[in-house]
Amino acid sequence: MGMTMTQKILAKHAGLESVRAGQLIQAKLDLVLGNDITTPVAINEFEAAGFDRVFDKSKIAMVMDHFVPNKDIKAATQCKQCRTFARRFDIEHYYDVGEMGIEHALLPEKGLVAPGETVIGADSHTCTYGALGAFSTGGGSTDMAAAMASGQLWFKVPSAIRVYLSGKLRPFVSGKDVILHLIGLIGVDGARYQSLEFDGPGVAELSIYDRLTISNMAIEAGGKNGIFPVDAVTRAYVESRVDRPWTAFEADPDAEYERTVEINLGDVDCTVAYPHLPENAHSAREGRDIAIDQIVIGSCTNGQLPDMAAAAAVLKGKHLAKGVRGIIIPATMHVYRECMRLGYTDIFMDAGCVVSTPTCGPCLGGYMGILAAGERCVSTTNRNFVGRMGHVDSEVYLASPAVAAASGIAGHICHPEEL
Amino acid sequence: MNAQGTVHKYGDHVDTDVIIPARYLNTQDPKELAAHCMEDIDKEFIKNVKPGDIITAGVNFGCGSSREHAPVAIKASGVSCVIAANFARIFFRNSINIGLPILECPAASAAIQNGDQVSVDFDTGVITNITKNETYQAEPFPPFIKDIMEKGGLMASLKAGKAEA
Repeated sequence: MGMTMTQKILAKHAGLESVRAGQLIQAKLDLVLGNDITTPVAINEFEAAGFDRVFDKSKIAMVMDHFVPNKDIKAATQCKQCRTFARRFDIEHYYDVGEMGIEHALLPEKGLVAPGETVIGADSHTCTYGALGAFSTGGGSTDMAAAMASGQLWFKVPSAIRVYLSGKLRPFVSGKDVILHLIGLIGVDGARYQSLEFDGPGVAELSIYDRLTISNMAIEAGGKNGIFPVDAVTRAYVESRVDRPWTAFEADPDAEYERTVEINLGDVDCTVAYPHLPENAHSAREGRDIAIDQIVIGSCTNGQLPDMAAAAAVLKGKHLAKGVRGIIIPATMHVYRECMRLGYTDIFMDAGCVVSTPTCGPCLGGYMGILAAGERCVSTTNRNFVGRMGHVDSEVYLASPAVAAASGIAGHICHPEEL
Repeated sequence: MNAQGTVHKYGDHVDTDVIIPARYLNTQDPKELAAHCMEDIDKEFIKNVKPGDIITAGVNFGCGSSREHAPVAIKASGVSCVIAANFARIFFRNSINIGLPILECPAASAAIQNGDQVSVDFDTGVITNITKNETYQAEPFPPFIKDIMEKGGLMASLKAGKAEA
């Protein structure tokens, strides 16, 4: 029996000829990631276990992004602990205020992930890098501690769902709509413990940024990872950023999939996930009666330059509806600077929005846009759980940057075509 | 190894944001985290929970964020075991890695009611509902995972492995 793309990457990193779904393996890691919330717990575990060296200072990334610039004294203390550890072990890829970005936008931008590599991160959205043809998945802080010490980790080889894409995206429809549509089809546990293996002629129609958004939310379907084949689009993105050798893996023709989900991209409309689960998918055309108080455009899911461009295209020359607050957060310093250079920042501010330094802040209800009881937000983030962005009686509606921008102007959930 | 306690029952898709809201992730102190455990889904939990108590839930328990603070908060609140129909994978990993006992058992998840007295035998996977006088059989862990749990979690296991090698 053949192997999926994920299984082939795992077999290679476990030093095995082949692996099968369900098998428990030890795999070597090419990169270990943590942030300002998860790294301190990992450091405590690492130190408590008495380790005094890291496996490879060039294969560990620490990104201060969740609560920075420090939101309070406790957050400042956590960042200080990370900074001290990074200095002690001379961690090469440590990113702090001024050069940081939201981790899952920053790592691809800096060329820290290449096709065929294996990445573990103490952050659930580490699955983002599947877009580049890497195996990457989220773990916990203890996973990070063990990985920093040993350079390897235990994995259960996942079975797979094949997601066969065909057709072309319609205007205003993006990777965000595709993944919300898919989660709507299979549910928040539809891919629990499985890999989502994207495939088919529709893949070539998706930009690398659409793919990054889709892979980012594989976890929202319960998936271990979401992986795309390596094609000309991937190569064009990676070749200007990665200067080490890398390998493109391909699924075997007789790879085993538990099932296939077919999506014609042309059938996907702008999609909004209603509270309080990402599987509550609705067409953006149904939301006229849902008045909103805030929009957030940013996050590891939708904070890249094309996301900013999509928002700017809708907001240009317009203004937010009275009573709506707009918070726009470019995901990295590079994206931030490009937004200024291209005039997007002016468009956003003319429309009545604020533009923030990179941070995960509001996505997880940390700071920079917390909701009060009864308030509603259309957000380009990835989770709409109870209390995710603030008060337990607030509501988060997940959408693309274009839909969030259009909704901000309309004052209710709005398809950009209907503005 | 055994556990016994009163059950606190929850539904499907209990996410880590309600187990420990992100507004409390500026600390790593287990006691402080435990003080807010389950706060956004059950304000009474932390007032009612007693050492040894058991959480039961439906499918996909612990979905969402990878925060290890979630199983840490549950463990530090005194809960001896979580029984669910199934778990989200990162929560599953984290629980094993930090040594919070968890069991997958759809039958127990369906039959056990809030407030039932339940005991668990971790060696056999047998769950006994003392209140209802019923037993349910949980899936046993594979030896590899059982070994990590018996050594007291991933770091302890890694250290033991280093000593053997």
